Amino acid sequence: MEQKHGYAAAFKAVFRYTIPVLAGYVFLGITYGILMRTSGYPAWLPVVTALIIYTGSMEFLLVGILASAFNPAAAFATAIMVGARHLFYGISLLGTYRDMGPKKFYLIYTTSDETFSIVYTTPIPDGIDKDKAYLAISFLDQMYWVAGALIGTLFGGLITFDTTGLDFVMTAMFVVILLSQWVEDGTALKTMLKDHISELVGIFGSLLCLIVFGPDHFIIPAMIVIFVALTLLRPVLDPEFQQNQHKQKTPQVKEDNA
Amino acid sequence: MTATQQCITIAVVIAGTVLTRFLPYVLFPEGRAIPKFVTYLGKVLAPAVFGLLVVYCLRHVSVFTGSHGIPELISIGVVIALYAWKRGMVLPMLGGTVCYMLLVQLVF
Repeated sequence: MEQKHGYAAAFKAVFRYTIPVLAGYVFLGITYGILMRTSGYPAWLPVVTALIIYTGSMEFLLVGILASAFNPAAAFATAIMVGARHLFYGISLLGTYRDMGPKKFYLIYTTSDETFSIVYTTPIPDGIDKDKAYLAISFLDQMYWVAGALIGTLFGGLITFDTTGLDFVMTAMFVVILLSQWVEDGTALKTMLKDHISELVGIFGSLLCLIVFGPDHFIIPAMIVIFVALTLLRPVLDPEFQQNQHKQKTPQVKEDNA
Repeated sequence: MTATQQCITIAVVIAGTVLTRFLPYVLFPEGRAIPKFVTYLGKVLAPAVFGLLVVYCLRHVSVFTGSHGIPELISIGVVIALYAWKRGMVLPMLGGTVCYMLLVQLVF
């Protein structure tokens, strides 16, 4: 019993949930390593930045930023904009990552798109400590990314088979995550619209912003649209909010309870 | 850029990224109750973000030029079909990705 609460058990329990990330990160990491090397940077740079920045999209942008004129303010602004979606991850995981002690810093530091998605949707089996399981997911994912960058930087030139389209693995992963969230929120056709307002707001709000603002500038507008829409929809989506409204309108209920 | 300037740039990028990751936890620390509105957001944001991430992955797909997004559409169809059939993560991802690679390498 004692052993079941250890890290070994946690790693064993969560590994299979991280396999999709393994595939995606190793491939993208290799691409990143190759890109950095062919851009003329030292071999250690992709590996160190993969470990410390650990935001794929930002790292790919960094390749171009480092090659252009020195402008730290612009680099900082880019990092904030690219990282803005982490704000949503933080808000969603506030409860999950409560009371985790010093581990919490590492968990927050390594919240990538993929780690967030896995942590948020994976049921941790009974008998496994939640904090250790989340740590295991976060650590494995980070190591996949670093390993990819390392492989790319060292052996990138040796890859000979056609990898065109392999990056679709990430798209497929997020489609599956969206599907599992969809199924969890209900599969009844009759209440489809009401059960899946959040997903639909996310999909169509983002599509709208993509069309309006284009592929390079749509994330922040999409986040604003999602935030505003979900705020306005709170009376429909939040049962607690409905109860509070009800109490305020009918104060005698409160007196009865007292 | 000189090596020093590159180090500064990387440091600044790290600072910006870390800021976005830690900010929610700094604003709503443990020990203080999380406002009801934020708890509500925590529940409804994630499903919406998954939608955003899918759109983000597909952001460079052009409906009007090239392959018109047809390989993406077919492959996502395969992912959905495999998920509906067997659930789980690995099979739908593997099937969808292999399908996509075959389509972009051999057909389109």
